[in-house]
Formats: sequence, structure tokens, C-alpha cells
Amino acid sequence: MESRSRGGIKRLSAALLLAGSLAGCAASGGNPADPLEKVNRAVFAFNDGADKVVFTPVARGYRAVLPGFFRTGVSNFFSNLEDVWVSVNDLLQGKFQQGLEDFTRVIFNSTFGIAGLFDFASGAGLPKHTEDFGQTLGSWGFESGPYVVIPFIGPSTVRDGFGLLFDYKADLVYWATDSVAVRNSLYATRAISNRANLLDASSLLEQAALDRYSFVRDAWLQRRRNLVYDGNPPRERDESDDEPTK
Amino acid sequence: MKIANCLLLALLPLLAQAQAVAPDVLVKTITDEVTTTLKKDKDIQAGDTKKAGALIEAKIVPHFNFVRMARIAVGRNWRSATPEQQKELTSEFKTLLVRTYSSALVNYRDQQIDYKPLRAKPEDNEVTVKSDVTQSGSSQPVSIDYEMEKTDNGWKIYDVKVGGVSLVTTYRDTFASEVREHGIDGLIKSLAAKNREPLGSKAGRS
Repeated sequence: MESRSRGGIKRLSAALLLAGSLAGCAASGGNPADPLEKVNRAVFAFNDGADKVVFTPVARGYRAVLPGFFRTGVSNFFSNLEDVWVSVNDLLQGKFQQGLEDFTRVIFNSTFGIAGLFDFASGAGLPKHTEDFGQTLGSWGFESGPYVVIPFIGPSTVRDGFGLLFDYKADLVYWATDSVAVRNSLYATRAISNRANLLDASSLLEQAALDRYSFVRDAWLQRRRNLVYDGNPPRERDESDDEPTK
Repeated sequence: MKIANCLLLALLPLLAQAQAVAPDVLVKTITDEVTTTLKKDKDIQAGDTKKAGALIEAKIVPHFNFVRMARIAVGRNWRSATPEQQKELTSEFKTLLVRTYSSALVNYRDQQIDYKPLRAKPEDNEVTVKSDVTQSGSSQPVSIDYEMEKTDNGWKIYDVKVGGVSLVTTYRDTFASEVREHGIDGLIKSLAAKNREPLGSKAGRS
């Protein structure tokens, strides 16, 4: 889907890699990007259950108990750590100016922003960007491959799943401490903070979707495509949209 | 009678002017009006989705082409639907969107909206109006793009993309598989059922 006309060999090797996982999977639903729909639906249901029973209540509690400025501080703190990897990905994608800006964000926020608790840089005209290794692979010409729902993590694709392995290893929290207990509590805090930030979005999803599985899938695939193309994806032709209405 | 005619004549140029409003100006005007109301309205802030729905009906709905939205969402099955079915699909889809966004509006908090310069030629009949929205307390702006078309009644919005996610095409696969399994009437039925679900309080029914 996300072909940028670069790196023919890379694309070929990606295609080969993905062909294996595609082979033999009959498309059960409607979306050709989702040949593993049956398995994905099962994992989605599992994630959904875990979310309802564990993560949403914890996130609600977190939001109810802690004041807004505190939650923003926590969110900013992790976002600042993440910006280091964001700027590396900028550079890997050849976006040198954005890389410089994102690295400047880290410097500003780590100092003036007191270890990242305040997002000083955004106020100074350096907005945050979303970059990860999956997007970098996409910008190098790797197709996204089939849609995959990963247990506990959620929507992804084969390409972005590979990307996550790199993101995980490049995560500063991973390197921050030798203590497994401290690291795990950092992971948990970040997960709760992220989930709390999404509470409004998930109640909107509840209202918007007829079938949450396919709604999440299609929204997620569009979102990733948009990110890979940095907000300017080429127009997709709408087959049904070629006659005028009044 | 005479006076009424005179008034009408006097108003005509104004109407013509209203039709000529540039698409980006139109989006900005609507957004400003709605956000100004939201900032003042304590009921909506407290979660009154019914009132939020009424606001959407009055200020936002007239500027959308719901027929085209429904047609895009339904995809190729649209052609096999009867005019009656198309009408029902449009009205149910509209209700679904209005209900969804009335529940979103009650979560509205102060936001900063930056419009990007419109890249369009004067003769263009389709344009994209792009904006970035920054929620207070959050550092990352979310893009909101409006796909618009020129009609005899001024510019109309036929798709909204939030962070690159279309509010319309995201329904496509769901709708297609619903039609595959239960036909077009099945899709209309499940939309209607979805729209009957309680929404805290009933909202946006027209």
C-alpha cells in the first residue's frame, strides 16, 4: 500500500518476506489488507476484554485521582524520552531539518522543561512529531504487509511489528536502569498515562463504530499511511465517487 | 407586499455573496461560531449531548453534503440501492455522524486551531482545507482536513480527516461486509439500531 518509489531491492525483499505470511490465508472478510482477519478478531476481542477489565479502570482511576498538571507532566516526561528516538528516525528518513528540530526539543525540554516535565519546546514553536521505526521502514519503500493485531499492544502490520522490535530496543526506558522492578514500573506508568490520554477517544469509538474491529482496523491503517507520508498521502481513487450528486 | 419585495431584492446580493464565501473562510467561520458557543455553554460542557446535537444541526449540518458522504461510505453497493434505500442510508448515516460528534463536542476543551494556507486555483471545484488543532495541555497538534466541493449553494464538506483518518471511508469495509451478509436493507437496519442505542441522553435526532 505505502509504496514510495525508492529501493526496488528492498521492496522486493519485503515482498518476499511478506509473501510467506500471506500464502494460504484466504481472505475471510472484505479488506485485502487483512487476510488474517479471523485470528486478528480473536486477539482484538482478547485485547478488548483486557482493556475493559484492567486498563480502562486503572486509567480512569489515574485520571480521577491525579490532577491534570501532574498527568501532563508524566505524559511530557515520557514523550521527551521518546523524542530522542523520534529524531534518530527523522535522520534515518532523510528529514534532517526535522531531526535537528526534534533533537532541539529534547535539549530544551530536558533543561528548561525540567527533565521533560514541561513541554517548553512546543511553546517555543517546535511542535512534537510522531516517528517510529515502522514509519522509517515505510519511507524506505517497505510495504506495510498484512494487518496484525498484537496481544496487549493492539493494531499493527507485519512491517510495523518489525519496527516495534527496534522501537523497543531503542526505548530509553529500556536502558534507563538495571533494576527490572524500576523499569517495569516505568513501563506501567507510561502505559497507564498513554491509556488515560486515550479515554475520550475510546468512548468516541464506542459511539462511532458499527463493528469496532473493522472500524479500528481501517482507521489505524489510514493513520499509519498518513504518518508514513507525513500528512500528505497521495489521493486514493474512490471507485464509487465518480458521479456528481446534487 | 411591496416592502417585502424590496427587502428581498435588497437581500439578494447578500445571498449571492454568501455563496461566494471561500471554502477556507467558510470552515473558519463555522468553527469560530461553534467554538464560541461551546466555550459559553455550560450545559454542553456538563455533558448535555442533546443540546450539542441541536448545535450541530443548526450550525454544522447545513454545510455538509451527506448524500455524497453516504455514497462514499457505501461504496460500489450504492448503485444497486434503490432511490428510497439511498435516502434512508443517507439519513441514518447522517444521524450516526451527528450523534457521534455530539458526544465528542461535550468533551471539547480549549483548543488552538491553525489553518494552513489554502492551495487552490480559483476555478477548482474540489479543495482540501487543512488545519492543525492543538488541545491545551497536549503538545502534539492533530491535523483536521476538510474535503470540500463547490455546489450551487456554496461550498459543502463531504469528508473530514482527523489525523489522516477519514470519518467517511473508515466505514467502508464495515458497510460492505454488512451488505454482503444482509443486503442493503440489512445495513439500513443495523444503522437504525445503532442510532437507537442510548447516548447518555438522546441527541441529534431529526
